Amino acid sequence: MTVPPPEQATAETVELRIPRKAEWVAVARLAVAAVASRMRFTIEEIEDVKLAVAEACTNAIQSADGADQIEILCETDHAHLRVTVANRRGVGAAIVAPPLAEDEVRIDGLGVFLIRSLMDDVEYAVDPESGSRLVMIKRLAS
Amino acid sequence: MDIKVNVRETDTETNIVELAGEIDVYTSPKVKDALGELIDRGVYNLVIDLEKVRYIDSTGLGVLIGGLKRVREHGGTVNLVCTNPQIKKIFDITGLVKIFGIYDSEDAAMKASV
Repeated sequence: MTVPPPEQATAETVELRIPRKAEWVAVARLAVAAVASRMRFTIEEIEDVKLAVAEACTNAIQSADGADQIEILCETDHAHLRVTVANRRGVGAAIVAPPLAEDEVRIDGLGVFLIRSLMDDVEYAVDPESGSRLVMIKRLAS
Repeated sequence: MDIKVNVRETDTETNIVELAGEIDVYTSPKVKDALGELIDRGVYNLVIDLEKVRYIDSTGLGVLIGGLKRVREHGGTVNLVCTNPQIKKIFDITGLVKIFGIYDSEDAAMKASV
């Protein structure tokens, strides 16, 4: 399913770039929660968004594409919060898979399952040039 | 942001592991180490108290699953104490409510692990 962009006329954008390190994931999830809290989401929905963003960042950290930063783009309008989490690969970054234990592979799958359960629309794409990108949408109840 | 781990022995074979804070990709290794240390010492019955946990993600769930897997190899159990609806929801949607015993109080979790 294609994730529609927010309506241009009312869209507002917040961008954040964090190092691709575990200790920065909390900053990303709290920042996006702050964006969501400016909309009419319930506390439970804000918690859903927070967890989904953290899972996307964790996925980015555990992926094997050699990115050194994670970009988080929030686009809001009257009806949606659209969050894009993308790996940003530095020039010359090596594409080396970090060693994952058997449990960690399964956990990675659990994270994606959570994202799909908590958000309304989710798209995932891997671009060999720019890295991986996950787009997810939470809709405001009408 | 941090996670605090407090292990309490009881007058049974069960140890209580109290966790407080947020369990995510950064803090979950600390929980994994604490559980691993207990299991290495031969403690196979655990009550993990999540009442003071404000947030848990899939890496935290993975650590709990890993702990459960290890104690089950020795006939042990992991029972959880959790009443936070947001955290219970995560156990619900992942289906982990069917794998862990989840109780409203330490007393109930302790009784279940005997």
